[in-house]
Amino acid sequence: MSKKITIEPVTRVEGHGKVTIKLDDLGRVTESRLHIVEFRGFERFVQGRPYWEAPVLVQRLCGICPVSHHLAAAKALDVIVGAGTGEGLTVTGEKVRRLMHYGQFFQSHVLHFFHLSSPDFLFGIDAAPELRNIIAVAQENKDLAYQGIMMRKYGQEVIAATAGKKVHGTGAIPGGVNKNLTLAERDNLLKGPDPMSADKMVEWSLGALDFFKHYHKNNQQMVDNYASFPSNHLSLVRKDGALDIYHGVLRAVDNEGRRILNDVDYQDYNNYIEEEVRNWTYMKFPYLKEYGREKGWYRVGPLARLNVCDFIPTPLAQKEFEEFKAYTKGKPNGMSLHYHWARLIEVLHSAEVMRDLLNDPDLQGNDLVVKGARQGEGVGVIEAPRGTLFHHYKVDDNDLITMANLIVSTTNNNEPMNRAVNATAKAFMNGKQEITEPMMNAVEVAIRAYDPCLSCATHALGQMPLEVTLMNEQDEIIDQKIKG
Amino acid sequence: MADTIKIKIDGKEIITSKGKTILEAATDNGVFIPTLCHFPGVPPKGSCRVCTVKVNNRFMTSCSTPAADGMNISNNHEEIVDYRKSIVELLFVSGNHFCPACEKSGNCELQALAYRLGMLVPRFPFSFPKKAVDASSPKIIKEQNRCILCKRCIKTIKDKEGKRYFAFSHRGNQLEVILDKQMGNTISDKLAKQAMENCPVGSIIYKGKGFSDPIGKRKYDKKPIGSHIEK
Ligand code: SF4
Ligand code: FES
Repeated sequence: MSKKITIEPVTRVEGHGKVTIKLDDLGRVTESRLHIVEFRGFERFVQGRPYWEAPVLVQRLCGICPVSHHLAAAKALDVIVGAGTGEGLTVTGEKVRRLMHYGQFFQSHVLHFFHLSSPDFLFGIDAAPELRNIIAVAQENKDLAYQGIMMRKYGQEVIAATAGKKVHGTGAIPGGVNKNLTLAERDNLLKGPDPMSADKMVEWSLGALDFFKHYHKNNQQMVDNYASFPSNHLSLVRKDGALDIYHGVLRAVDNEGRRILNDVDYQDYNNYIEEEVRNWTYMKFPYLKEYGREKGWYRVGPLARLNVCDFIPTPLAQKEFEEFKAYTKGKPNGMSLHYHWARLIEVLHSAEVMRDLLNDPDLQGNDLVVKGARQGEGVGVIEAPRGTLFHHYKVDDNDLITMANLIVSTTNNNEPMNRAVNATAKAFMNGKQEITEPMMNAVEVAIRAYDPCLSCATHALGQMPLEVTLMNEQDEIIDQKIKG
Repeated sequence: MADTIKIKIDGKEIITSKGKTILEAATDNGVFIPTLCHFPGVPPKGSCRVCTVKVNNRFMTSCSTPAADGMNISNNHEEIVDYRKSIVELLFVSGNHFCPACEKSGNCELQALAYRLGMLVPRFPFSFPKKAVDASSPKIIKEQNRCILCKRCIKTIKDKEGKRYFAFSHRGNQLEVILDKQMGNTISDKLAKQAMENCPVGSIIYKGKGFSDPIGKRKYDKKPIGSHIEK
């Protein structure tokens, strides 16, 4: 009899997930689905609100990477207040925002790697559940856990200095920022009490990369083959092709590295991207219009960014990037667990960028805001830690928002995450009659590589629930396991 | 001196002059009594009742009660603090006060009082009233969700001829303070900013100001409300 398996809720991702796996009469996996009850209410909340509230209101979507929403909204509103589409701010305005963004990138990636994923690497995918958390990591590898905690703290201090608060600050306002970085704040971040210094963060980022590369070397087969599949990749890149997570043009490449979206202005994202609704999940499936839903879906996030960009504009990360590219002979990399590798290269890049920005006197400038001819509509796009994030607003003559559309990173990764689950289900569940703990964890490992923010509204760190249901062809539940 | 009187607030002896209200006497002498509807320089009305104290064992609003010789006043008593807190809680539940996205946050007297009085969650159920946002004036947004009907704007924002910009409208639980359409169309920049400043909450928003005060530089970021009075 055919079966359907559901894994619910997914742990150590931000939010809550449910997986259904369908088996045919021979017990072979036919289809797997990741269901997400995503919170889309914010698009309604902001309607009728004064536009300048959006960056502060919409960031409440998330407690993990609120800065991304804060900045994407602010960038959209820059357009509305006539401050241009990303390049029109004052140097101080742009650089303070960049520092805020790289700080949050750093802390979010660090959180994901050290707190959520490192247990898988230290103890293995089939390790007992009580080992798969940061406390166990601390017992096994004190330095790793300590560095993870302090690196995250460092990123949060950068956010606090630029946004006013570690979580849900107000730093970015339409047309610029509301504060610069004072000399005291700068010194505290550049050379704070050990280990809180910019140089230390670079050093530790290199260490984390080494840790992963070492693991990769010893588990090459597994890391390379785990939920590996070809795809398109989409991200922002700087106009010259450099990795840039704050601003740029939209580029997509196919599995062979051919450009299928050629450095377009994201103000026109609607011309290029369409979202498909499927009846079994609230989360939409975006795809490139020109290539249709079958061929036009893409990955976003660390792996996609390194597949899309031509180079990384900081020396240490560039060196790592070259090694990363050489591994697939310059072709796009479709290995899901290589998200971790790419993510750690971005951690290093962020540390280098933060250090460079902290040494830049423009951060102490006093010219903070730019305003020009008021527009009725604006789009802001940013590379959030989890991938490309779109914010789009329309504002009436009385300054109230009439329309908001958000495409969040995790939504962009919807199709690839479903494929990753399916690939893992095939590898681990074919012919099996019941759901075992290692199987459940295997599915989670695949999902977790994408670092999804499943709820973008509720989260409880470390304990994200997962439900797996196994169903037959007649949609009857055969087995169901819940944990969390 | 015939004009000098003596009162006691929480046991502290205060010498003040005849004609002063209890609130003024307290403020002059470094004693903080919370207020909301009262605005210095405008005759008190005693409508919000958050300034309530106990005078010789009777509840009185300190903003509108003249100090009299020999008064024994209780201000920071547990019972009174809780009474004030309940008023603040009532104000929270009778509007829609969503501090996280309000640009007055950090500069808002209602929020600051809630912090100072130790309000965690209101003891009353939220009423979630349906309120409108009037953004038709080129200078001001009148955010009805946040209005506490204190009348400070009505009393203090006037043009050169003394004509008021704000007025009451409707009755009972429909009562609202509105910005006059025509006056709102021609309000000066200066007055619009002043109106935002005089409103204790975020119900009058000067357009385009947004979140220009960074966290850390707002009125109540560093010190609780009232600390500038207390010595
Ligand atoms: S708008 Fe502000 S000042 Fe006017 S009545 Fe309402 S709360 Fe008071
Ligand atoms: S301040 Fe005295 S009654 Fe409102």
